[in-house]
Amino acid sequence: MSEATRGRRRSPRDLVGGTPTETWSLRFDDRELPAQTGQSIAAVLWSAGILAWRTTRETATPRGAFCGIGSCYDCLVTVNGRPNQRACLVPARPGDHVTTQEGTGHGDLAV
Amino acid sequence: MATSPSDLAVIGAGPAGLAAAVTAAGLGLRVTLLDAGERPGGQYYRHPAPGLGAARPEALHHGWAAFAAREAALRAHEAAGRITYLPFHHVWTVVPEGQGATADRAAPTWTLHAVAGPDEAPTIVRARAVLLATGAYERQLPFPGWTLPGVVGAGGAQAMLKSGLVLPGRRAVVAGSGPLLLAVAGSLAAAGARVPAVVEAAAYTGYAAHAPALLRNPGKLAEGATYGSALLRHGVRLLTRHAVTEAHGTDRVEAVTVARLDRDWRPLPGTARRIPCDAVAVGHGLVPQLELATGLGCATRPSPDATVALELDARQRTSVPGIWSAGETGGIGGAQLALAEGEIAAHSIAGRPVPARLVRSRTRLRAFAAAMAGAHRPGPGWTGWLREDTDVCRCEEVPASRIREAVEDLGARDARTVKLLTRAGMGWCQGRMCGPAVAALAGTGPAPDRRPLSCPVPLRHLAGLPADAPSELPPGLPPELPPELP
Repeated sequence: MSEATRGRRRSPRDLVGGTPTETWSLRFDDRELPAQTGQSIAAVLWSAGILAWRTTRETATPRGAFCGIGSCYDCLVTVNGRPNQRACLVPARPGDHVTTQEGTGHGDLAV
Repeated sequence: MATSPSDLAVIGAGPAGLAAAVTAAGLGLRVTLLDAGERPGGQYYRHPAPGLGAARPEALHHGWAAFAAREAALRAHEAAGRITYLPFHHVWTVVPEGQGATADRAAPTWTLHAVAGPDEAPTIVRARAVLLATGAYERQLPFPGWTLPGVVGAGGAQAMLKSGLVLPGRRAVVAGSGPLLLAVAGSLAAAGARVPAVVEAAAYTGYAAHAPALLRNPGKLAEGATYGSALLRHGVRLLTRHAVTEAHGTDRVEAVTVARLDRDWRPLPGTARRIPCDAVAVGHGLVPQLELATGLGCATRPSPDATVALELDARQRTSVPGIWSAGETGGIGGAQLALAEGEIAAHSIAGRPVPARLVRSRTRLRAFAAAMAGAHRPGPGWTGWLREDTDVCRCEEVPASRIREAVEDLGARDARTVKLLTRAGMGWCQGRMCGPAVAALAGTGPAPDRRPLSCPVPLRHLAGLPADAPSELPPGLPPELPPELP
């Protein structure tokens, strides 16, 4: 560890010398979250300290990203009205509206 | 399809697939490279998207030069029209082409069905040979509290860090078993997280029995030493023969209980202590991802780490003529081995002699992989840290008590019967997360992946398949099903 970094908290961006080309905000429920081109929706949420964005069908307990590679489906989220999208795989795009997903995400269909 | 088949379709652009594709193209084959990811590299060489402007992506990687050289070769072959690279394409089944095609035909042509991009557009690729380089996913063993937000896969934390430059928390315990834990702890610490401990269930003395394999792999030992010194530098404690036996918190993880284990991974009474944290990165090694291979009927074998891998010959051929495989599908062994096997497969598919240095490299690295796999094989006592109400199946929320009831009271003798009685493994992930745990609770060894589709496919794509081509359907789907769908 260099002297410069010993005294302060490093960040992932420091580590790779990251300078994002473009930043914008992503709408998550009623909040605006800072987003960078190239981040997945899960990464945008984690950056904002949000670890859970859906509740389960049986016990309504909170879940978020777990496997991080698209295998576990725990990070399902509703993106622009489309439920059950894997937040760890879907790239965040300007204008996206991400909403917390309850149960199957089809509650509004009343089935 | 109007297009003529490629000489070779490679599924997966991780170390094995990427090395195979560029080597095969260099040997004169016309290659189509399909990958579920957005950028080449697979999970191992996952790296930030260009938009994140990372000046030093190699800071998060070991052996980045090996990747960079092959990515440059990929781009050159792409520009020259020798490789068609299809990122964001998830292949869901591979079938021999046409009516009456059988696996013993000398030279079948294969049809690959994929869904492409976020809109899941249907795509078909045809090829005379197929290389499966589908890699692996992480093995998880459940414990009370493992569904709390903030408890994430160790590989998952690494993947999110490498691609999105994000951390799950500021104080992260890394736990489970296997060499990946050291790499993950090192990366999290380098990226600014505090890592109070790496909690490793195995004892590294397990490697001692394999001293010859270790001594023949000085590169691997040096890699281990690099991780070890990184942990020391960041003040990370390594607790071997310990496990996280519970995660605490209400809406997110706030602390973990860590306990000492006996030789069989049974928690020792009176050894539990609590470590505060806001994230837990957990994983117990990797599981070969075989659904496309088993769908094709490729033979499998048990691995020393208690997973199931493909049976491959010296030329990386599966038991199905025309289907090759390389990398983690043949047994977990790491990126260097995957690179060597990908190149061996390319020579084999091109009908060329395999260079001796590749054969030597594979032999040496496979020996190391076997030593590693044996050392980190889960002990049977891990089920001792489950509580009755611990969810084993995350998707269907099936607790340990219901699985034990299926085994002890209802007579289930294998994971498949447990699944039918309890729905464990029937949810979204199709048992990828709970499979090893359910098999252990059922008292059986792991079974090879048997999933008719390797990823979710919109019903309209199945419905869109030609009705007069039942052989195009993946095995396991009733042939009459798709035409009846809306």
